[in-house]
Amino acid sequence: MTPVLDIRGLAFAYPDGHQALYGVDLHVHRGERVALLGPNGAGKTTLVLHLNGILTAGAGSVAVSGLPVTKQHIPEIRRRVGIVFQDPDDQLFMGTVRQDVGFGPANLGLTGAALDERVQRALDQVGMADYADRPPHHLSFGQRRRVAVATVLAMEPEILVLDEPSSNLDPASRRELADILRSLDVTVLMVTHDLPYALELCPRAVVLSDGSVVADGATYDVLTDDALMTAHRLELPFGFDPRTVGSPPGVG
Amino acid sequence: MGSPHGHTLHFHGHSPVHRTPAHLKLLALIGFVLVVVATPKDWFAAYAALLAVVAVVIAVSKVPPAYLLKRMVVELPFVVFAALLPFVAQGPRTEVLGLSVSEHGLLAAWALLAKGTLGVLASLTLAATTEPQELLAGLERLHLPNLLVQIMGFMVRYLEVVTSEMHRMKIARESRGFTARNPRHWPVLARSAGALFIRSYERGERVHLAMLSRGYTGRMPRQ
Repeated sequence: MTPVLDIRGLAFAYPDGHQALYGVDLHVHRGERVALLGPNGAGKTTLVLHLNGILTAGAGSVAVSGLPVTKQHIPEIRRRVGIVFQDPDDQLFMGTVRQDVGFGPANLGLTGAALDERVQRALDQVGMADYADRPPHHLSFGQRRRVAVATVLAMEPEILVLDEPSSNLDPASRRELADILRSLDVTVLMVTHDLPYALELCPRAVVLSDGSVVADGATYDVLTDDALMTAHRLELPFGFDPRTVGSPPGVG
Repeated sequence: MGSPHGHTLHFHGHSPVHRTPAHLKLLALIGFVLVVVATPKDWFAAYAALLAVVAVVIAVSKVPPAYLLKRMVVELPFVVFAALLPFVAQGPRTEVLGLSVSEHGLLAAWALLAKGTLGVLASLTLAATTEPQELLAGLERLHLPNLLVQIMGFMVRYLEVVTSEMHRMKIARESRGFTARNPRHWPVLARSAGALFIRSYERGERVHLAMLSRGYTGRMPRQ
């Protein structure tokens, strides 16, 4: 079966000469939820920007469901890969929630009833349908994050890429977002420093450090490998021990 | 963080004035302002009639007059300028309250004050009865170039984000014992303004990135 995400030997250096990625290999299969872990500056954001062709590979290749990420495929690639950025204020730029969620599908050429239906479904998936006509800047931070997820779901992506989905959320919003993500029938790649969140949501974890993949396995195994964790500046929050939490039901 | 109460100029309501389509209100405002500007300085009765028109619209809109009066402070610089005119203008002089003032200046000051007040009051009434979003849709219906409407839309969207960022920077400065009191402090304010500009510019880049990621190709889609 063709993986949803197929990254082979991906290397990239910024124009100023800073090499951010050194030959990354990563495969993600349909229906998987994968956490992408790593310290600050490991190259996680650089990797994410390659997934939809914002950055183009210096060497190696990226393919989404068999379609290589190259210039002529960009529109289709951007439909297939939905990126939810860290700051919802960057992602929500239209006047109302409805317009914002409609922006992506409208770019895909949807109009009229088909567009309305897409928007409605995406808002229902994140439980924000009642706020469709509100301006995004009048919503709470947690609500804005959920709308940001809806803007991408409306494009019916094959893989949902989330950059720090739990950052700045209060515990209730954080749990609500987890419930939403679990309820979605979509492949997820989640970049995060929130290790308990990764354990809760993602059966598999990949550790990126200094531009290459240094671990790829069950999230529980990664988080309990003390030598690996220390070597790559990964630390569990105080009082959190995966061994006593165990794997959540239905995972691992 | 943005206030949850809507825009500071908008007064929520359901009056006929609120319900009138935004493009009609915009045309009415432009027409009204043109009439005000064209009215000769000494047609005092005409000004009274124009004021009556605005007063009726405000009464129908059910926006409390005090709400609008408070927001009329934007006119203050013009009022100061108008108050100076009778003293600096040339021509025949006359006595008012024991002061020698220019007749031309007095008339010019009156006209500036009357025209300015009517214009500001009418604009505030439009702002109080129309959501920014409706206003943008109205401008689009009036066939303002789409690019300009887009730019205004982004301005409406990010005005609060940028002002709250500015406010947070001010609090951060003050928390470290800095309060701007005299011109010697201006370099610090200038650097803050510069930092705010860079931040906003970078946010613009991130927004553009987010737009590209959702298939933006340089034109706003028809929705």
